[in-house]
Amino acid sequence: MATESLGLLGIPLGILAGTLRGSAPFLFVSLGECITEKSGKINLGLEGTLLMGAMSAYGVSYLSAPSVGDFWAPWLGVLAAGLTGMTLGAVHGWLSQQPRVNDVATGIAMIIFGSGLAFFFGKPFIQPQAPQLLTFDWGAWSSSPQIQAALRVSPLFLLGIAIAPFLQWFFRATRWGLYVRAVGDSPQAAMAMGISPFRVRMLSIMAGSFLAGIGGACLSLYYPGVWTERISSGQGLMAVALVIFARWNPVQCLWASMLFGGAQAIGPAFQSVGVDAYYYLFNAAPYILTLLIMILTCSPKRSLVGSPGALGQDD
Amino acid sequence: MSPRKPIRFSRRQVMRSLLAATAFGAATKLSGCSPNTASSTEGGADGEAGAGAEGDVVVGFIYVGPKDDFGYNQAHAEGAAAMAQVPGIKIVEEASVPESSAVLETMRSMIEIDGATVLFPTSFGYFDPYMLELAAEFPEVQFFHAGGLYQDGVHPDNVGSYFGYIDEAQYVAGIVAAHASESGNLGFVAAKPIPQVLRNINSFTLGAKTINPEATTQVIFTGDWALPVKEAEATNSLADQGIDVVTCHVDSPKVVIETAEKRGIYSSGYHANQAPLAPEGYLTGAEWDWVSIYTFLGEQFVEGKTLMAGDIDHVFRGGLADNFCKLSPYGPAVSEAAQADAEAAREQFLAKELVIYDGELKDNQGNEILAAGDKYEQQNIALEKMDWLVEGVKGSVSG
Amino acid sequence: MTDSSVATAGGLKGFAWRRPLEAIFLPVAALVVALILFGGFCALAGANPFGVYGSIYQAAFGSWSAWQNTLIRAAPLMLTALCTALPARLGLVIIGNEGALVMGGLGAIALGLSIGSTLPPLVAQILMAIAGMVAGGLWIMLAGALRYYRGVNETISSLLLNYIAIALLNHLVEGPMRDASFVTKPSSAQLDPAIWLGTLPGTRIHFGLIYGIVICVLAYGLIQRTTFGFAARTTGGNIRAAKIAGLPVGKLTLAVCFLGGSAAGLAGMVEVAAVQKRINESLVSNYGYAGILVAFVARHNPLATVLVAVLLGGILASGGILQRSHNLPDATVLVFQGIVFLCVLYSDSLYGKLPWFQEKVVSD
Repeated sequence: MATESLGLLGIPLGILAGTLRGSAPFLFVSLGECITEKSGKINLGLEGTLLMGAMSAYGVSYLSAPSVGDFWAPWLGVLAAGLTGMTLGAVHGWLSQQPRVNDVATGIAMIIFGSGLAFFFGKPFIQPQAPQLLTFDWGAWSSSPQIQAALRVSPLFLLGIAIAPFLQWFFRATRWGLYVRAVGDSPQAAMAMGISPFRVRMLSIMAGSFLAGIGGACLSLYYPGVWTERISSGQGLMAVALVIFARWNPVQCLWASMLFGGAQAIGPAFQSVGVDAYYYLFNAAPYILTLLIMILTCSPKRSLVGSPGALGQDD
Repeated sequence: MSPRKPIRFSRRQVMRSLLAATAFGAATKLSGCSPNTASSTEGGADGEAGAGAEGDVVVGFIYVGPKDDFGYNQAHAEGAAAMAQVPGIKIVEEASVPESSAVLETMRSMIEIDGATVLFPTSFGYFDPYMLELAAEFPEVQFFHAGGLYQDGVHPDNVGSYFGYIDEAQYVAGIVAAHASESGNLGFVAAKPIPQVLRNINSFTLGAKTINPEATTQVIFTGDWALPVKEAEATNSLADQGIDVVTCHVDSPKVVIETAEKRGIYSSGYHANQAPLAPEGYLTGAEWDWVSIYTFLGEQFVEGKTLMAGDIDHVFRGGLADNFCKLSPYGPAVSEAAQADAEAAREQFLAKELVIYDGELKDNQGNEILAAGDKYEQQNIALEKMDWLVEGVKGSVSG
Repeated sequence: MTDSSVATAGGLKGFAWRRPLEAIFLPVAALVVALILFGGFCALAGANPFGVYGSIYQAAFGSWSAWQNTLIRAAPLMLTALCTALPARLGLVIIGNEGALVMGGLGAIALGLSIGSTLPPLVAQILMAIAGMVAGGLWIMLAGALRYYRGVNETISSLLLNYIAIALLNHLVEGPMRDASFVTKPSSAQLDPAIWLGTLPGTRIHFGLIYGIVICVLAYGLIQRTTFGFAARTTGGNIRAAKIAGLPVGKLTLAVCFLGGSAAGLAGMVEVAAVQKRINESLVSNYGYAGILVAFVARHNPLATVLVAVLLGGILASGGILQRSHNLPDATVLVFQGIVFLCVLYSDSLYGKLPWFQEKVVSD
């Protein structure tokens, strides 16, 4: 099992690998939040949804493996993750649309509730190993084990990449996309058009949470491929930040997610070649990068371009 | 997000919250329960010694994470379950208590409400200042800390330290690792640069160097005790650098071992036996063996022995010889020669002949730690304050 | 929103009593419903709900020791909640409480370690408090400045600043500020015992509780009773109108963010000077995020913040006993918190909807 050390080449390879495997959760959660925010509501509770999704995916995969086999069990897990996400989304969607109830407050309460449920029901699943999703070995052409490992790509990641332009098209060119945007920009105008903001927002939040649940499944069934209570390093919260950073544009959400996934690998990659000073600051690289990019690209006049008009209103 | 706030809303809020808290109390009182009858403990509402139904000794265990993490906390929880089997002992446990003032309240609550007379705060970070504060306040309660920090005359009488010299097991694991590694590059995923972690890194490396003097250990610090994504990234980075044996010191080695198996490199476990996670690559591991220790201590408590009276040692530690730790069974990839060398070292530990930190030792910055002929015995307090990495380890203790 | 002094039939019944009653009934009902739901949850998990209720009460409010436990946990929440509540009056959503707390702790300990015992304790403590407040205040003021001058969304920037502050803390305590003699975890040196913040006489609650209550009252007065507060609320209501009216929106933004951050920074100072006496990673204990929830549930009113903080403190104090006495996993207290806050948030929407509480308007 001896392999040649890659030396400094290990850093870009590590970052590439980190991008391919670490960006999937960010991608799904941010795309889901994109739908929600386009309809004018913020769902901060996606952190709890992510955890519930991770737990249910792992649990269902583990429990169904004896009956459906190791190939289909993880896919059942992914489906279960989406459905539990949708359920939590329904709770958030209903509650946050009641009069005088604030989005952010509901979201934070849902984080606590969602993570509590996830940890509570997830206790029996910390120890066992659940079957993992298959991965495509795109590195098979290389004889280097490092490249082979780096290029193991999950179908979920590919699915996410496909969803991003699809959502872009959806918002721009379909009737339902128009409804979502209308409700997001001006609920009163939408009502005048005969669209029910309540229904559209409810469906948007549920769809967004469905995707976020799948994002959780990426964590527990793909990378790192375990279920523990500390599996989320704040991806849910950061994904909400990502959406605003990406100006509510699904394809830009894709690039932002990849930036984040890659940045997560910077710290360990540098340490492995001996650059071990400041490793905490390296670990904070994704956040510093995002802040810098936001400072550089925002301006007081342009900051709200693309923002759904009703976002942040309390009705 | 702009709330409109006339003044009368604030009166509403004030009243509402005040009455909320009161009604909360009233509702529970009115629902027919009072603290003594309704709690399903055996009515141990006062902090008296042995406040259990049959005068059991109540022992409290506090864990910093979940009890079934395949790692540190699980090892303690298994020991606690063994202690619970001792007749006359009743245990209460609380998990996921952070190393902050929350543990103060947990310990106090165990003493006052559950009637605990012995406490086991099992995480290293609970000692100072939390455990020491409570030990001073409750001199009749015994506190046992999992770490070697007790100092005679400095710390109160009712405090005891117990810990296993698990670095002995890591030393033997290092021997096995050096045999298995073809490149001579070993990897270590560590949480934080505290002495116990550094001791493991150094022992692992020193053991490996007895087989291959050119062996190196690359350390990656993740920054915290449980960060699955970082641990996976670290393991992958190590594998990318051509390292073919990896071990770790984090709360739950599950991620590291599984990732190593996926990368096709060997792994050596820690805290508990992770062999089921890596059927091909698992070499061996350094495990705790709290079951025998806790059972023994439980029997001591039932007999009424205490730290304060001097019946139980304040510093209660041992290595492989005293059954504080053990080695996992050897995996399929361990060669005959490796097993022979490992067993030889283990025999020496059992006979208490082998000193790990011996002779001329330099750290990885080139400074001399020990001159030729000097040694640090296992109980030497200098080892408890270790802040250096031995020559051959690639990494640094400060971020 | 009808006026509470609406005319009713019969002059003597002029005082409308139904609306204030509603204000009492709804949150209490929300709590009762939450308890029932939680009891159902516990029953499904195999525990006796009434036993659970008794244990919660016992651990949170059942004895003086329990009350102290609750108040100790509530104290930092009062201060960190202001970091969200104050800017919210201006229309900003700041969630950087955790970062401000950490920076406040760093500022306080840096100053405290350099002073040692060279100054009288009270002076040293005041200086540490000021250092903590300034550090925390500047941190959040940065988020406010980015919002006003660069248009960067303040929720995101304050969230990112949290992570950056925590990384900075870890870097400092493992490197430049590290005290090698403290082996438990990478940590700074200990503060001189002469300048530790003491506890209230006869209790084990530290002075942070008093700071919290006093600052909340002062904040309430500032927002409701001063022209500064009025300007802030106006800007929060309609920023364009405020600009047209000539209010200095930029300065208000910076000032309010500074004040909010300084409250959280003070919480950080209390943590290091009263509880831990040194700084290390234990400073990050989620007081910040809990404070956000307290602020929203209290509808950003500083007085209500005090009471909601006590409620949350009580819930947190009961977490341990749920595990030990009822064999419920540690996550149960999270579920409990979630249910309580979801119910209380929902009850807000019922104001004015329940028919019994409507004032009967006499029409002629």
